[in-house]
Amino acid sequence: MESRIKFSLNTQVVVLIVAIAMWIFLGIISPYFFTTGNVQSVMRQMTIQGILGIAEVVVIITAGIDLSVGGVVAFVNIVMSKMVSTGSNIASTVLLVMALSALIGLANGVMVYNLRIPPFIATLGMMSVLRGATLLISNGSNIFGLPRSIADFSSTNTLGIPNLFWFLILAVVIVEIILRYTSFGRYVYALGSNIEAARLSGVNIRNVTYGVYILASTLCGLAGVLETSRLWMGVPTTGTGYELDAIAAAVLGGASLMGAEGTPLGAFIGALVMTTIYNGSVLLNINPFWTRIIVGVILVVTVAIDQLRKGRR
Amino acid sequence: MNQEIAVLMKDITKVFPGVIALQNVTFSVKQGEVKGLVGENGAGKSTLIKILTGAYTADSGEIYVFGQKIDNMNPILAEQLGISAVYQNLVLAEHLTVAENIMLGTFPTKWGLVDKPAMNKKAEEILSQIGYRGIIKPEERVGNLSTSQQGMVAIARALSRNAKIIIFDEPTAVLTDREVNELFRVIRWLRDSGRSVIYISHRLEEIFELCDTVTVLKDGAVAGEKTVSETNQDQLVAMMVGREVRHGIFDDTRKIGEEILRVENLSNKKLKNCSFALRSGEIVGIYGLVGSGRTELAKALFGVDPVESGEIFLNGKEVSLPNPRESIDSGINLIPEDRRREGIALKLSVKDNINLPVYPRITKAGFVNRDKEKEIAQTFVNILSIKTPSLTHRVENLSGGNQQKVVVAKGLASQSRIFIMDEPTNGIDVGAKEEIYQLINNIAREGSGVIFISSYMPELMAICDRILVMRDGRIVADVERKDFDEESILALAIKHETMVGGETGGK
Repeated sequence: MESRIKFSLNTQVVVLIVAIAMWIFLGIISPYFFTTGNVQSVMRQMTIQGILGIAEVVVIITAGIDLSVGGVVAFVNIVMSKMVSTGSNIASTVLLVMALSALIGLANGVMVYNLRIPPFIATLGMMSVLRGATLLISNGSNIFGLPRSIADFSSTNTLGIPNLFWFLILAVVIVEIILRYTSFGRYVYALGSNIEAARLSGVNIRNVTYGVYILASTLCGLAGVLETSRLWMGVPTTGTGYELDAIAAAVLGGASLMGAEGTPLGAFIGALVMTTIYNGSVLLNINPFWTRIIVGVILVVTVAIDQLRKGRR
Repeated sequence: MNQEIAVLMKDITKVFPGVIALQNVTFSVKQGEVKGLVGENGAGKSTLIKILTGAYTADSGEIYVFGQKIDNMNPILAEQLGISAVYQNLVLAEHLTVAENIMLGTFPTKWGLVDKPAMNKKAEEILSQIGYRGIIKPEERVGNLSTSQQGMVAIARALSRNAKIIIFDEPTAVLTDREVNELFRVIRWLRDSGRSVIYISHRLEEIFELCDTVTVLKDGAVAGEKTVSETNQDQLVAMMVGREVRHGIFDDTRKIGEEILRVENLSNKKLKNCSFALRSGEIVGIYGLVGSGRTELAKALFGVDPVESGEIFLNGKEVSLPNPRESIDSGINLIPEDRRREGIALKLSVKDNINLPVYPRITKAGFVNRDKEKEIAQTFVNILSIKTPSLTHRVENLSGGNQQKVVVAKGLASQSRIFIMDEPTNGIDVGAKEEIYQLINNIAREGSGVIFISSYMPELMAICDRILVMRDGRIVADVERKDFDEESILALAIKHETMVGGETGGK
């Protein structure tokens, strides 16, 4: 009986247990870990990665992948910095870059559905295009001169929780609601499980594909806006490698690249584990080069355990 | 010519869960003969061949190759013994060259590298044996060749492995008449060079043109063996039929009402001028061999495949059905042939699968009415007595029969009036089959019309009011229940017309 309960644990719960174990360990070993300052710092650090993880999980559920998430972050960061530093209104700029992000998502959707380009290639191309555009717009150099208010936004808290983190919570809640309670959400999973069966059941595959990529890119746009606030400048190389962290967060949270599995909450937990490792290794004074190795090992081991568990069923 | 027995399969029995695929089948091929193997779909031809090539293991029985008893046949051993199969869908590496395909796994090497000139020369030699020197070039990429030339490459590959027994499984299904003649020339050469050929085909006239002897399978047993020169097509058809039809399934209490569907001259790439009608409460069977257009007709009606010309009338009104959504909303439902690939989303729950076609109806402002969703799923789980621990249970963990019921539930949930069922009893056990038959009766009794597509004629004869027979994309006959006769229906489906508009009826 005991063991049956254990086997019904899903990846998310396993990863959450790993996270809690790490907290207990870090709490005992470093008195600084559970201080308000450090907890808030973890929250800030994980926000961008968490939101990108959620964006990624939405695409991964349809058995696709989005490699352009980091590219969107950098693109939004540079466009927003350039506009605001030359005097544009912040609110309207934010709306504009979000709309641009949605358009990028639509372009991804068109490539995947209409042109039948595999998502890996379509979004790889998009990533490269965005990276190039970002460098062109910024001339390859950082953009300064953003108003103080932008930086203040990310360093202040509301109700004791960093402003940035509220957006992550918001993203988790909204996307969870979309996937759980709307027909669009049902179709997203159906697409990932069996696109042909979904089509024969009258699901409009085109609209669902567009919707998925637009939702993902819009979330990346949000992450780009928050990144701009955090950096307080435009950095054309920002977001490099974020797509891999996003995929790692989604997969740690139980998403399967084969589709139909994964949740935004899972991606949140995945991002939490990865941020805890980064934070913990700073506190423990571990050579930061090691942290990436640790993240890699944890990712592979988690998925391996999950596969073995499924295989035994 | 030396008529040594090349292959002897003795008392072969193979049981799959719920079905006896082969029962005490004895089959032999002599050296230097072309042996035909015929039988209806499901008669056991493919299973027998798979046992010979080592893909399956027989539950009992013995295999002798040139007199030597082979105890544990497997694909590698089969190849070493000279048994080679040229399958219907060829397994060639399209991106490699002709020579690479022919010599794959036996590349001549020089200092560890492939010796290309030697390889091409060897391939050329083999190709010239079958008369293709200069016609198929060894350096050509296989993907650039026509289907029939690819078939020749497959034959050459078998020869390069010193094949003594070569199996052809429905090789002519995709060939033109000229290509068929060419293939026959090569097969005759194989025979004359002392090799043995096993030739499987539905086209009986090919058997008479090519084969020396023929074995007929029926329901997993040998129905007879004939020397081709001493028999005729009618005799073979008579041997293939005669399977037991379950009585008591047909429901004569149904009320057959008004016409709900009429199809006129429906044509597309795979269909030629198909016309028929369906009335409420009626169960119409469609019988045809693989490739006859039956699945294509279902897909065209359901808006999956495009319709090039022709009209579809629902309740007397002409409609266009450009996509499945439109068809579902018009009350048509398709239960697809390949359940796992097209019918259900395995990783989704029973509840989500059943509701998949009906979400537009139970969604307000994008949000699904979850009570309604549960209610619908529960209703049809009850009605169809789907055995599942809960509504949120994943469909992949259900049995085949219960999965099929989930597919049927989708159709019922979308309140369809016309059910197109493509091989609904495929791959499910006997008990579940019985339940599906009752279900079809119930659906018809409620006033819907059912189009029941099957390649297993006894089940059509058991349950249908009429059977439409398809061949080469046409509906060639509309047989009333009182005229049901397995032999004549099979003859309609099987006889390959060489002249368009040739014969039209019976045997």
